Amino acid sequence: MSDRDLIATEHDDLGQLFRRALRNRSFLIGLIITLVVIAVAMISFVWTPYDVTKLTIADRLKPPSAHHWFGTDHFGRDIASMIMEGARNSIAVALVAVAIGTVIGVPVGCWAAAKRGAIDEVLMRSSDVVFAFPALLSAVMITAILGPGAINAIIAIGIFNIPVFARVARGAALAIWPREFILAARASGKSQARITLEHILPNIANLLLVQGTIQFSLGILAEAGLSYVGLGAQPPNPSWGRMLSEAQTMMAVAPQMAIAPGVAIIVAVLGLNLLGDGLRDVLDPKLRRER
Amino acid sequence: MTTRFAVLGAITASLLATSAVLAARTDLAIGMVLEPPHLDPTAGAAAAIDEVVYANVFEGLTRIGRDGSVQPALAETWTIADDGLTYTFNLRDGATFHDGTALDAGDVVFSLDRARGDETTNAQKTLFEAIASVEATNDDTVVVTLSRPQGSFLYNMGWGDAVIVAPESADDNKENPVGTGPFKFTNWAKGSAVQLDRYDGYWGEAPALETVTFRFIPDAAAATSAMLAGDVQAFPNLPAPESIPVFEADTRFNVVIGSTEGETILSTNNAKPPFDNLKVRQALAHAIDRQAIIDGAMFGLGTPIGTHFAPHHPAYVELVETYEYDPEKSKALLAEAGFADGIKGTLKLPPPSYARRGGEIIASQLREVGIDMEIVPVEWGQWLEQVFKAKDYDLTIVSHTEPNDIGIYARDDYYFQYANADFNAVMEELDSTANEGRRYELFRKAQEIITNDAVNGYLFQLAKNGVWDAKLEGMWENSPVQANDVTGVRWVD
Amino acid sequence: MFAYAARRLLTVLVTLFAASIIIFAVLQVIPGDPARLMLGINATDDAVANLREQLGLNAPVYARYFNWLADMARGDFGVSYTYSAPVRELVGERIVVSLPLAILALTLSTLVAIPVGIFTAARHGTATDTAAMAATQFGIAIPNFWFALLLVYIFAITLRWVPAGGFPGWEDGVLPGLRALILPAIALALPQAAILSRVTRSALLETMREDYIRTARAKGLPQRRVLWHHALRNALIPVLTIMGLQFAFLLAGTIIIENVFYLPGLGQLVFQAIQRLDLIVVQSVVILLVGAVITVNFFVDLAYAWADPRLRHRTQ
Repeated sequence: MSDRDLIATEHDDLGQLFRRALRNRSFLIGLIITLVVIAVAMISFVWTPYDVTKLTIADRLKPPSAHHWFGTDHFGRDIASMIMEGARNSIAVALVAVAIGTVIGVPVGCWAAAKRGAIDEVLMRSSDVVFAFPALLSAVMITAILGPGAINAIIAIGIFNIPVFARVARGAALAIWPREFILAARASGKSQARITLEHILPNIANLLLVQGTIQFSLGILAEAGLSYVGLGAQPPNPSWGRMLSEAQTMMAVAPQMAIAPGVAIIVAVLGLNLLGDGLRDVLDPKLRRER
Repeated sequence: MTTRFAVLGAITASLLATSAVLAARTDLAIGMVLEPPHLDPTAGAAAAIDEVVYANVFEGLTRIGRDGSVQPALAETWTIADDGLTYTFNLRDGATFHDGTALDAGDVVFSLDRARGDETTNAQKTLFEAIASVEATNDDTVVVTLSRPQGSFLYNMGWGDAVIVAPESADDNKENPVGTGPFKFTNWAKGSAVQLDRYDGYWGEAPALETVTFRFIPDAAAATSAMLAGDVQAFPNLPAPESIPVFEADTRFNVVIGSTEGETILSTNNAKPPFDNLKVRQALAHAIDRQAIIDGAMFGLGTPIGTHFAPHHPAYVELVETYEYDPEKSKALLAEAGFADGIKGTLKLPPPSYARRGGEIIASQLREVGIDMEIVPVEWGQWLEQVFKAKDYDLTIVSHTEPNDIGIYARDDYYFQYANADFNAVMEELDSTANEGRRYELFRKAQEIITNDAVNGYLFQLAKNGVWDAKLEGMWENSPVQANDVTGVRWVD
Repeated sequence: MFAYAARRLLTVLVTLFAASIIIFAVLQVIPGDPARLMLGINATDDAVANLREQLGLNAPVYARYFNWLADMARGDFGVSYTYSAPVRELVGERIVVSLPLAILALTLSTLVAIPVGIFTAARHGTATDTAAMAATQFGIAIPNFWFALLLVYIFAITLRWVPAGGFPGWEDGVLPGLRALILPAIALALPQAAILSRVTRSALLETMREDYIRTARAKGLPQRRVLWHHALRNALIPVLTIMGLQFAFLLAGTIIIENVFYLPGLGQLVFQAIQRLDLIVVQSVVILLVGAVITVNFFVDLAYAWADPRLRHRTQ
């Protein structure tokens, strides 16, 4: 890819961007779904139909009704309320894991791109090492050491986000460095750190944003997987993955318990993926890869 | 046309019937939740080991029957000297190990000495503590001398940890168990199944089954589907109580809810403030609604208990009502103890669903009275290290599955950290008492002491959720010991 | 080319070595005593001490690390604490489940994805293309264990076409084994197929834009012929890369699916070993899996270098 492609936004004004965004179906649908999921999570802070920490054993395994839209689980909790609070958990875990990846990975990648040579080689080989570990197995191992829980799930997922962001940042930064305006900045005596901060980062931000959306959706899937094997958020905090694993043994008596959390995961991931795809097209029309 | 079909049908039906009579099934696949780590019952505590090999592959001097009684096994008869110290065992004629060698008194001496020796890795070394010496007086006679009278000695010798092994094969038993039982070990596909085949040289009555396969299915949902799909024909203890109604509604299956020796308790760290305060522990007891826990966590399967004793035992005392469910009383007790503002702590939960699900319910019940317990799920390895060994815990939920184990309350270093001289005195007397009536009396006294002290929260006796093919006969309803004794199991039509 | 391969091989070895240090160090801090876990709550302290000695757990950390490395160099991966069986044997028993499962899943996913990719690339921009791409978005978003649950519910419990899980072994023939693996393979293949068809499509579209393809089309070759004869061949490398990565993932990343179907595969072996603190099994199997991933990447790199000579000189 040539460096020209990477920084289309430089010359785009916001109005153009906005108009392009409104024309992009993928972006629009993705944005709406994502906003709905986030809104549901936000609402759960102030209101849910029922208190999910209160167990009413007498009401267990009720089918969907006007009182309980998605029915109740084996402890008599309202599934709709749990889905709402579960959204909070999924978003928090995935978002913080992305933040960990960005905060550590991006500087590392930029540093490697600025220094090149041995440092670059060592950093990139280290990221190879991390990539070589089977991610889910390693997350299981990490939680075995730290103990299960939402925070540790974040760490386990976040660690694997670091090399992802490092690579994307490095690749994009490498393409910017030889460009003329960077050469000019170097000639004026600016330090590498300052150039990275002032010129490189703004120009690779769009790629990082797209990658962030993708990692966000992967994070939601990963959190669901970890929770499913019991290593994610712990009771009484609801989590979609754990709801699924609890539903699993009750498929024969209460299949409705498995439907709602499964659909919730699909919707959230789908929304983010569409948003990411759309974002790529909107931010970078020349880079459009028809993905 | 119709007639011809009817005739054909009749012929087919009779053919089917005949072949069924001629060849009743002789194979059985049994589902188990946990895979044994290895197959040597004398070198590991995992119940899964006994659940495969006990009575099937390995036998001891005595054995525990399906009703929990002590029965002769490799020792055909025995005599006990008047002082209660000398036991003379007469060994069974014709008993052989699966490698063809004959069982003799030397094997017994070897097995018992190995289990109690300095180099032992026996998980129940305390079973052999009272033994002073083991001698072979001739090929068929073994004399065991105790250092003190021990009322439970014959029972102890019936544990899986006390089975008789041969010196030639003992070291390889983990991988290739060689015992004297009616089934011999054939194959172990790790992670999947252990296969046993009938041993033709067995000294006793030959079992009806020729091949028994134990399949390991750790996942509750998978266990249910395996049973429904017929992949296994028996699940002596189905890990998914929620699926029991499905099997009850299906005539292909027999559902037998039996009893186990598992007292499921809310273990409490009696040495750690604020739980060292009797009033706080009593407040815990009043805050717990046992029926809600049994309904919510075990789908109604389980018997409430008020003490650490099996309800089906003749010496059981009904103490459930000592601390009735009463959140207001609980709050009042907390206030009296000086914790009106509530208590914070952790509730460490090992993997089984009784603990994880039960813990979620208990945490919710305790929150109602102002006790805020953070749920910390742990693997068994961590549980043993942190809770059991380091006593670094506030509350935990565990089912104590060893039979008749109220004696653990007398151990000073036990993880409950409970110390009561009166209780210890009762246990000491019990240990040296052989008279059954007096023993029961002491058992009752012991139960009352620990309940009065509210040492732990007593929840329920674990049920044995047996599900098997309706055509199977002879499966154990209850589990007085952790075993899947299939020596008496047969297919009928 | 040879020098490039040698250099890459060296980095492979360094990566493996670094990975071995990481995995070993990580396992040292897992809380819990394997010997205590094996003997349970009634075991006396001296019995536990005896077992620790037998397992070789009393040696200092560095000695255990180097012993492990030295043993592995000789092809000895140690003896499982809990099973008392050589790790190599355990891996051998599990690989006959994991490998066919991975191959089956990858085959299924490829059989679906490549035609879909080609088809949609050829009809780029049409409603069919849009619909197919929307479907792949769903495929990626569906958690495979949830999909697996639905499959079990429909095909095993309700219809009873296939077993709900378990693995009968290959001794009774290929068919029962395949029957046991088909549902898990489908569950694993769905997201992989979705990803692969998207990659195939975009790789094709990209090569179609390259100059020589434009030339070919300008020369009047029909679009279909261009697609089949030129674009496809050149799109193969990104597609093969993804397939390589997916294969490595399928070999190790199937814990959850193995759990749903109680298959005795590699993932389940490691998962149980972690729970049982069977550290030697964990470290040896994980390093084998890491080795597999690195090897796949190595060959992918070689393929790239072979296809594009410029790459051979870029890294240094």
